[in-house]
Amino acid sequence: MSDVKEVVLEYVQEEYLEEDDDIEVTYDTPLISGGIVDSFSMVSLKRFLETRYKIQIPDAKATPEAFDTVENIMVLLKEFGVE
Amino acid sequence: MALSDSRRNLLKDEIKDLQEAGLFKEERIICAPQDSEIEVSFPLGAKEKKVINMCANNYLGLSSHPEVVEAARKGLDHRGYGMSSVRFICGTQDIHKELEDKLTDFLATEDTILFPSCMDANCGVFEAVLTEEDVMIADRLVHASIVDGMRLAKAQQDTYKHSNMDHLEKKLQLHEDKRLKVIVTDGSFSMDGDLAKLDKIVELAEKYDAMVFLDDSHASGFIGKTGRGTHEHYDVLGKIDIITTTLGKALGGASGGCVSGRKEIVELCRQKARPYLFSNTIAPVVVSGAISVIDMISKTTERRDKLEKNTEFWRKGLTEGGLIIKDGETPIVPVMLFNAKLSQDFAKDLYEEGIYAIGFFFPVVPKGQARIRTQLSAAHDMHHLEKALDAFLKVGKKYDILHKTKQEVIDMYGK
Repeated sequence: MSDVKEVVLEYVQEEYLEEDDDIEVTYDTPLISGGIVDSFSMVSLKRFLETRYKIQIPDAKATPEAFDTVENIMVLLKEFGVE
Repeated sequence: MALSDSRRNLLKDEIKDLQEAGLFKEERIICAPQDSEIEVSFPLGAKEKKVINMCANNYLGLSSHPEVVEAARKGLDHRGYGMSSVRFICGTQDIHKELEDKLTDFLATEDTILFPSCMDANCGVFEAVLTEEDVMIADRLVHASIVDGMRLAKAQQDTYKHSNMDHLEKKLQLHEDKRLKVIVTDGSFSMDGDLAKLDKIVELAEKYDAMVFLDDSHASGFIGKTGRGTHEHYDVLGKIDIITTTLGKALGGASGGCVSGRKEIVELCRQKARPYLFSNTIAPVVVSGAISVIDMISKTTERRDKLEKNTEFWRKGLTEGGLIIKDGETPIVPVMLFNAKLSQDFAKDLYEEGIYAIGFFFPVVPKGQARIRTQLSAAHDMHHLEKALDAFLKVGKKYDILHKTKQEVIDMYGK
């Protein structure tokens, strides 16, 4: 398991889950299609990745599909040389 | 007919899907003016039944108040029925300006602009004021109309966890480079009945040079010691940059809304907000009624004081009776049942007992948080509330959920 993957998962858990949520988020949990992350809240995830890994993700690549699971995010990050 | 049968079937299928998913909404037919007691025909065509209304936004009981009705009637006589115009062509009467000024005084702001509804106000204001260099940071439980308004704007959107000030601060830091930052919140959250931590929000706004947007639709007229709203409750009058609110709830309940706040923001709305520019002006009859409401509640706090007492009685009665309610101090009091079917069955049994209240479940509220949302009114007298309380406890007893913990209720009925 890469550190990047773990960092992204931790961020998602901390950013999107409430204290009393009993939802388990894993690497392949659907975030956007599963209703955990709404389209508004996706922006903070994009900004987190850009700041943390010093990359620029064009809006065209920041699709709900690309951000739907931690696994998908890893595929996206790989395009920018982050893995 | 241009719509072919095959295309029409696509729409029919969508309706069927809603019905099968249990999301199809049926309207109850009210055969009386809005009040604490109403006559309802439900299902459609059924004999009318007199019930106590526990689900109206008629917080101050002014929807059918004789003084308001009389003022509306005079408005009809003196300024006519309709204006057949938007505001900026030939749709602005003296009474529209009078109501805007009265709202400015009441809300303690700099200026006010009327909209056909608060939905329109929320859909118009962000797009009129913000650019792509700006950011809106919204509480995750803001009203759907704000969500739509944010979608229409070019500014970047972000959210913070409900009423979580640490999270909000992180977001303000994250977006420190933006031209304008706007913190977006409801004053009183309509599904849970809790108040935004507006004093803390203002503190953070001052620290990070951000603006504050407040939708006070479920607060204007009764929250705060003279009913001015959530900003009065938290002693931050004059510190909110944008307030949107409705005339469709406590303030007479007819229709209409407004943006009230910094005069430059109001002016930009007057010049650029599309729901303002391209919608008909508010009808004179509604404006006249609303003016009388503002006059009435500016003179005396009698009605909001009665509402406060009713709310205390109701919250105490339900809690002592053994039902689980959401903590808070507003007249929105959700009775938590957690299970969607239980919320529907409970509401049905209440109706049999002569009490009208609605069960809310996913997707209106999160899964596992089904409830019956009750709303108090100054139109309720003690005998209404005593009867309603008896009915809630009777039905609660039937389902054996009195004096049970949340987990015990979930164990019995699921979530």
